[in-house]
Amino acid sequence: MTWTLFELLLQASLMTIFVSVTSIFLGLAFAIGLSAMRMSGAAPLVWFARIFISFFRGVPLLVQLLLIFNLLPAIGLSLSSLTTALIGLSLCTAAYQAENLRGGFEGVPRGLIESAEMAGLSPVQSFIWIRTPIALRLTFPALVNEAILILKSSSLVSVVGLIELTKMAQNLAASTYMPLPIFASAGLIYLAINWIVAIAGRRAEIALPGLPAK
Amino acid sequence: MTQPAISVRNVSKRFGETLVLKDINLEVPRGQVSCLIGPSGSGKSTLLRCMAFLEEASAGMIEIEGEPLGFSEKDGKRRRQTPGELRKTRSKIGMVFQQFNLWPHMTALGNVSMALRRVRRLSRKEAEERAMAQLVKVGLEARAGHYPSQLSGGQQQRVAIARALALEPTIMLFDEPTSALDPELTGEVLNVMRALASEGMTMVVVTHEIGFAASVGNNVCFLDHGQLLFHDTPETVFAAPRHPRLEQFLDTYLDRGAQMLR
Repeated sequence: MTWTLFELLLQASLMTIFVSVTSIFLGLAFAIGLSAMRMSGAAPLVWFARIFISFFRGVPLLVQLLLIFNLLPAIGLSLSSLTTALIGLSLCTAAYQAENLRGGFEGVPRGLIESAEMAGLSPVQSFIWIRTPIALRLTFPALVNEAILILKSSSLVSVVGLIELTKMAQNLAASTYMPLPIFASAGLIYLAINWIVAIAGRRAEIALPGLPAK
Repeated sequence: MTQPAISVRNVSKRFGETLVLKDINLEVPRGQVSCLIGPSGSGKSTLLRCMAFLEEASAGMIEIEGEPLGFSEKDGKRRRQTPGELRKTRSKIGMVFQQFNLWPHMTALGNVSMALRRVRRLSRKEAEERAMAQLVKVGLEARAGHYPSQLSGGQQQRVAIARALALEPTIMLFDEPTSALDPELTGEVLNVMRALASEGMTMVVVTHEIGFAASVGNNVCFLDHGQLLFHDTPETVFAAPRHPRLEQFLDTYLDRGAQMLR
């Protein structure tokens, strides 16, 4: 195990971080959209959100990625492996995050929505300025948890040909015949990243002002 | 006779099988303080919430300064108003809740300036200036940057009053504004309300503070089992001989106080 090999792993981990972080935030935006659909009361939107969530929660991410990777070229869309990975990961995490957020939205005290209504806010304004920020605060620990899960799941995107930490480790192990130190190093890098995410998450949780009184 | 601030005509409210308001008729005069008193479960909060259309009356009409609230009447039929119509009539009303209902993720200033910015579309600067003026009025300018969780209950309720006043309502509704407060903190909220009353604000107050009703109220309405038993000036209502049901209510009320001393 040389420094050069370790450096290659570190470089590849930047791709892991990029793919995960982008997917988490894209997924969060989708999840808020899915929550809005589910609460809109309009039957087609509600059903779309339900079917979307049950599909992406029910089918393994690996299968989803292979589906997207093979399906899109079949309908004439050729996307880079990076785009495919981002689509797969963010749609999958969107479904999980929408379920997390559901609990958060249900936890917003009725009175806070009534006071928004009395202040003249429309339902959409109330959703944007009152309900979503409170639901996000209530579910923040679940969001950090999901970020850690996605960081680890991102190792699966190697199947669509993206060279991230796991794929790089596989390549190096195959070419150097030193699988043990290389996979151990990759594992340690994952551990270090997630450790930082967990600590940052806890810090942010404390710094976030004002949760509704229980 | 001038038009009343709120007129309640033949309002009934049913929750499933239970009739919680029975054919209420009431006119709230402008510029006066009307207190709704009565035992728990008498329907006083429900009546107040109907006046803000937070509860929908099952029958009857409520008008705010002559404008129908929530429902419009046409050819003797009730029709639900559009959200826009409802918001327009509601904009005359400010509401203060028992649980304050401040938005926990915004500072005191943020709570008060929120609707000025998002509903009235004022610039941030102007909205915050007006919000600050309201916080000065309730004596909390020094707490403008605090979050609700960093404020005492009494301070939170005063911020909630400032938030309602910032939208310049002509009518203020108070739903047991001091019931969630320690006795020590009740006074500061009642003082703000007293000052507001002396400025001539039309106020409807659901309260257990009989002293406040007697000293600040211009009208006292007594509800029992969903019925408006009587309403009159506090001098008449509280003067002997009292209505037997009020007598009974005041007795248990005093008893509760006495038991604490044992």
